Amino acid sequence: MLKNIENDMSNQYSHEKIIQLRKKRSAADRRFKTYGLIATLMGMAILFFLLFTIFSKGYSSFQKSVIELEVSYDQETLKITSDSTYEEQVKAKFFRVKKNAIAKALPDLSKKDIKLINKMFSINVDKEIKEYFLNNPNILNTTQKIFVTAHSDVDQLLKGNARRNIEEKKRKLNDRQLEFFDEFVSSGRLKTKFNNFFFKNADSRHPELAGIAGSFVGSLFTLMTVFLLAFPIGIGASIYLEEFAPKNKFTELIEVNIANLAAVPSIVFGLLGLGILLNVFGFPRSTPLVGGTVLALMTLPTIIIACRASLKAVPPSIKEGALAMGASKMQAVFHHQVPLALPGTLTGTIIGLAQALGETAPLIMIGMIAFIPNIPTGFTEPSAALPVQIYLWVESSERGFQEKTAAAIVMILIFLFLMNALAVFLRSKFERKW
Amino acid sequence: MFYWSLIIIVLGIYSAYIFGKSRIKSNAKQLDIKTVSLPTYYAQYMMVWCLLPALIVYFGWIIFENQIIQNLVLANFDFELNPTLNPGLLIAEIKNVASNISFAEGKSIEIFNAAEHYSSLKFTSTVAFYLSILIFMILGVMIASRKLQPTFRAQKSIENYIKYFLFFCSTVAVLTTVGIVFSLLFESLRFFSEVSIFEFLFGTKWYPYIPIREGQSGSQGSFGAIPIFAGTFLIMIVAMSVATPIGLFTAIYLSEYASPKIRSIVKPLLEILAGVPTIVYGFFAFVTVAPFVKTFGQSLGIDASPTSALAAGLVMGIMIIPFISSLSDDVINSVPQSLREGSLGVGANKAETIKKVILPAALPGIVGAFLLGVSRAIGETMIVVVAAGTAPNLTANPFENVTTVTVQIVIALIGDQEFDDPRTLSAFALGLVLFVITLILNIFALRIVKKYRERYE
Repeated sequence: MLKNIENDMSNQYSHEKIIQLRKKRSAADRRFKTYGLIATLMGMAILFFLLFTIFSKGYSSFQKSVIELEVSYDQETLKITSDSTYEEQVKAKFFRVKKNAIAKALPDLSKKDIKLINKMFSINVDKEIKEYFLNNPNILNTTQKIFVTAHSDVDQLLKGNARRNIEEKKRKLNDRQLEFFDEFVSSGRLKTKFNNFFFKNADSRHPELAGIAGSFVGSLFTLMTVFLLAFPIGIGASIYLEEFAPKNKFTELIEVNIANLAAVPSIVFGLLGLGILLNVFGFPRSTPLVGGTVLALMTLPTIIIACRASLKAVPPSIKEGALAMGASKMQAVFHHQVPLALPGTLTGTIIGLAQALGETAPLIMIGMIAFIPNIPTGFTEPSAALPVQIYLWVESSERGFQEKTAAAIVMILIFLFLMNALAVFLRSKFERKW
Repeated sequence: MFYWSLIIIVLGIYSAYIFGKSRIKSNAKQLDIKTVSLPTYYAQYMMVWCLLPALIVYFGWIIFENQIIQNLVLANFDFELNPTLNPGLLIAEIKNVASNISFAEGKSIEIFNAAEHYSSLKFTSTVAFYLSILIFMILGVMIASRKLQPTFRAQKSIENYIKYFLFFCSTVAVLTTVGIVFSLLFESLRFFSEVSIFEFLFGTKWYPYIPIREGQSGSQGSFGAIPIFAGTFLIMIVAMSVATPIGLFTAIYLSEYASPKIRSIVKPLLEILAGVPTIVYGFFAFVTVAPFVKTFGQSLGIDASPTSALAAGLVMGIMIIPFISSLSDDVINSVPQSLREGSLGVGANKAETIKKVILPAALPGIVGAFLLGVSRAIGETMIVVVAAGTAPNLTANPFENVTTVTVQIVIALIGDQEFDDPRTLSAFALGLVLFVITLILNIFALRIVKKYRERYE
């Protein structure tokens, strides 16, 4: 029997066969390693492709198209005189000035042409004309060449986002308007410049006027609420669980709860906000106060986990030293342990805030999705938030908003990057190694 | 109101502090004994007793004020005589008139009177609010000041208050869970009183529109959630079949093959991928992946919908890659080195060691990571809201348009919410299902991971 096996082995594992087998095995080894490398590279490639897509779609939104107009600030048309007060100037008839200027935008325009060309300008051109006048009031009765914002359709065509060689019916601008467009371009009167509206304005129905200022301020108020609620509660909870909690069933329940809350889908927190905060407690709808409260509850587990880790990292000898000097336990914790753990807790909180900044679904649930055309000024005013603004623009079918969406994403990514950089900086600067 | 009351409260507790400190010092001087605790603790004690009543008044006011004023104003309207009046709309209109948002012209005289009534009530309430905050703060300080005796152990009681506060902080997590369960259950029960639970769980037709007129034919609402569950499942399967292999192989490569330098580059990049907000992935799916999937489907001769399950699933998979890879990375790293060395020692090469020793040892942890990934995929909202469809199709074809639980919740709650309409309430029933499923997955996964950790510690 033993001989049999030996025979078998010598048959199966001859020298050549072993070499072959080893080749096969090392080939499999190399293959396996390559799979791993491919998977890693794929992850990286996707990341770069994602960032590239967004930046390439978004960067053009930081520019807007402007058209040069010859505006005559005629006192007859404006119905003011050189010694009118500021209030009278504000109420002057700038829309008539605008009408005249647009009618003379190009030479020899028929009535129908004027209507068409009017649609190539942004709806708020009279406000721009007015602003220019109010800044330099001594230009009364002169003719000024100023650049005013073009309509989004013109803007998209100039930036090459809209195609012109398709059927007239499918285009936003018709053939006659394209002629005007070419005339403006060839005479150098249509150009792009820095898009101040994108940073100055709140949301708008018109893509060329829409900006992120409103939603940015809304996000800021929301994040402040999150910070004011989640930071003290998070630190308090971590101190209790690390230092004071007795080992019993209730403490265990708290621990299990925190672990589970960290994995509850964010939309469920939105339902909590709607069902309890809005319907039972009557918090004001669509406000940063409610949004911040919901997001604070959502980010609390993240903050608690980070805070506990940094409290744990402080060596027990420090606390014991304080206790030995006669400090009470509360004094030992609050005077010695917490200050040393503070950088770590701050880092954790900033990471939690970064998570809250990008969260969209809960805010939609509590109604922060309403169209808010002005910039909020308080915690209890209806407002939008950056991620919700992005969602609103994604859903809008107009082409001009797609570019805005990408640009808003670029902004949110920049903020996230800055927050994370701050967290890393705090960690490396203040964290002590024991 | 918020800012002014904040100022009043801050000033109040500051003066309570000053008052407490000087009072205890003079008391101690009179009796000519030393205080048991430092004077600051007595002052802090006064602060607490000034702050607590103020907070109680403040929160009591913001919770009840609106309700009471609204009821008082609406008491003048007879809703039985006028069944067309809607209390919610009416109060909104009255508020608008009262705050001059909409002009009183053209409004009925009743509303105008109600608005005046409302304004006067609001004014009275505001005055009463400030007065009662002040009175309660003073009362609190007065009652507490009787304890300002040198023999009173102020430090002890302050520390107890702080301890109560810390305990309260840690119960917030429990309260949140209770709140979630309560709100979901309460509204779901209202939903199930109108729609049978069996129809909801096993019905195959989702048509959440209740006929406007009685007896309107052909448009009976129906709430069978099977197509929604199936759609969620389909997208989850697509997502996990992208995320699991890529995430797992990335973890294997990073923990077993990569040099520390590569690791230090790749790990932060993966963290960036993990930190990208989901709405950004939604945009990516919508503008880049969905059109690609559509042309890809056409090249295969399949008519792909512009919002296909495949596009949403692929992008969701990308979102979950860093999640799976970092969890698996941790798990693989915690496999003891001795197992690796043993395997290499008997002549196995690296791939064989990984396949035959490390992965089987790490399997429970990897399963845990997988389950947590599944729970994320099911609960993910923004990618599917933007990139998946809204039509409840019962299909297994990933090129078709399907809908998910989260999408239906968002659809039901965007726009007008009427909490007596099963359509709005269905969001809470779906939310309950979502919560229960993810909770089970999480508990299961966390338990597996925990057991696994214990085995190697």
